[in-house]
Amino acid sequence: MKANTHFAFFDEGSKKEIRRATLKAVAIPGYQVPFASREMPIARGWGTGGLQLTLSLIGQTDVLKVIDQGSDESVNAVSIKKLVQDTTGVQLTECTEQADIIQSRHRIPECSLTKEQILVLQVPIPEPLRAIEAREYVTKCMHAEDDYSGAWLMLFEQIMKYGKTATTADHPVSVHDRYVMAPSPIPRFDNPKMNHSEALILLGAGREKKIYAVPPYTSVKSLAFDDYPFTVESFEGAHCHLCGAVDVFLDELIDHEKSETIYQCNDSAYCIEQLNKQEKVEVESTYA
Amino acid sequence: MGYVPVKGGTEAIEASIKRVKFERLKGEAILEIETILSTMRALVDQVMSESSLYSPQLAALAIKQAEGSMEEAVFLMRAHRSTLPRLYYSQSVETEAMFVERRISASFKDIPGGQLLGATYDYTHRLLDFDLINEKKADNTHWLHSYAKELQEVKVEETIERYPKVVEYLRKEGLFEQYEMDNTEPEDITKRSLEFPASRSARLQVLTRGQTGALTSLAYASLRGYGEVHPTVGEVRVGSLPIYVKHPNEEDGSADEEFYIGDIQVTEVESFVPVNVKNEHNEDELEFEIGYGICYGQNETKTIAMSILDQCLEHLNDEFPTHDEEFVLLHIDSVESSGFISHLKLPHYVTFQSKLDSIRQVKKGVQVNEG
Repeated sequence: MKANTHFAFFDEGSKKEIRRATLKAVAIPGYQVPFASREMPIARGWGTGGLQLTLSLIGQTDVLKVIDQGSDESVNAVSIKKLVQDTTGVQLTECTEQADIIQSRHRIPECSLTKEQILVLQVPIPEPLRAIEAREYVTKCMHAEDDYSGAWLMLFEQIMKYGKTATTADHPVSVHDRYVMAPSPIPRFDNPKMNHSEALILLGAGREKKIYAVPPYTSVKSLAFDDYPFTVESFEGAHCHLCGAVDVFLDELIDHEKSETIYQCNDSAYCIEQLNKQEKVEVESTYA
Repeated sequence: MGYVPVKGGTEAIEASIKRVKFERLKGEAILEIETILSTMRALVDQVMSESSLYSPQLAALAIKQAEGSMEEAVFLMRAHRSTLPRLYYSQSVETEAMFVERRISASFKDIPGGQLLGATYDYTHRLLDFDLINEKKADNTHWLHSYAKELQEVKVEETIERYPKVVEYLRKEGLFEQYEMDNTEPEDITKRSLEFPASRSARLQVLTRGQTGALTSLAYASLRGYGEVHPTVGEVRVGSLPIYVKHPNEEDGSADEEFYIGDIQVTEVESFVPVNVKNEHNEDELEFEIGYGICYGQNETKTIAMSILDQCLEHLNDEFPTHDEEFVLLHIDSVESSGFISHLKLPHYVTFQSKLDSIRQVKKGVQVNEG
């Protein structure tokens, strides 16, 4: 009754099938390619789309980094890493620069990625028009007809209601001036990082059975009006209480003793790197 | 002998009942109630929650008798519930006083009091554990001993800490509305039939005893686009709550005179949902509201689903079935839905004959007219 697990969990036929869908996704930037999403040993909706992409791509020599909400040590990231390592034995890293494949939930790392790297994003709701139209058949037709009036109308209605666009994470983007795409729920702060990214960005939605992609050096524009331009989350006046970084995405924490709000780098690997750099400078200057 | 509905059915029924008993006994193994209680915690919790009767022992018995069928076990428990006298209502419970076994927030990394993972399948990999085929009692005893040893080394807090609600932090910032405590006695939907529009207390009761699968499906539909509620979980907590009842004869008795009647384990969820509200200048503003869920035992998916549906029903909307009070509340009950679906197995010879006749007549009529 007992069976040994195959390299990277899947049988080779499944990997091939997922890679084919991935190739198609790369060939048609921003287009959601349906694929036969497998039931995985982690819950549907917990990153099975990203995991399937990672497992279909990974080879023995790859170095993997997994982040969840900016952290390598977040419970779900730990669980996913453990599963991939158990079934492949690949090397794991927390250092963004060392990784070949970076699987992420809800964040793009702070330091810019290179053409040697692949960013795999986990996507809960790949359909940018879902809030406007619940039926899959209809949204598929809308994409085919380049009908994105619903998405524009949503932004317009927000301006009418609140005086500004009020999208949260997952602000829709137009890829290669053709398909409007959900950038996975990354904060608006990360949207610009997709534009002309050197790294290949793959997006996988396991539950919704879709794979899509932003190939390297592809234009990615966040939807916005000329007079109501796209804006990212504001951390004006705030800085990381550990490394002092500004211009990064920050987490809001509560200092229980002083009951004050403090901020900390959301990308924990980036923060540690900054701290190490500062320490190095400090040590060098002391001994010199 | 075949089954004839009018005459001669008695023998067939008896044979059928014997047959179902045979199916349960033929393997010649006996499942002890104790075994169910100690190894089927999730099933016991779900049965208690759907039957709205808190008794792990009776739930285990129902599971044994029903051969593990959820709908049958809940059916047995609900039928038993009808035979029990209902003597008292408990005093209202403050869930902040819960003895917390598990508590997480998906909204903040760093919540006052901290995150407490407790027992959860969430981070296990769903790979079949073939070792369980040959599980040995001695190995388990050994594991338990070493686990107990590990626990001894853990430092125990000297004081009992109360975990504050995550929402209090945001409430202080004015992101949630402050409400007056509403201590009006809740309606009891088991003693009075549901009327629409339903009160919130009635609604929450229907939801908490609703079928786990039905709640999950409808809440999922709301998340996916057939509804308008997509929350962030502010807090999930699992733990036990002490239950007190008032002295029956002393009207204004103090809390000291209340009777402690035992603990119940519950799962409680507060979901944060951004909504549109009008401010004093009649302008639209965004604010958070809470979707609330609570049920017996550790049933986290169900409780989160309940919190979504609670919020859906706070904002009635004809466009979506998940925001339609009657649609949701009248269809999620296990006993009602499975009962009516299964009634289709009863003989419908008369009504079908009538339908046949009608269809034949109509067809004949069409042919005559065409000819």
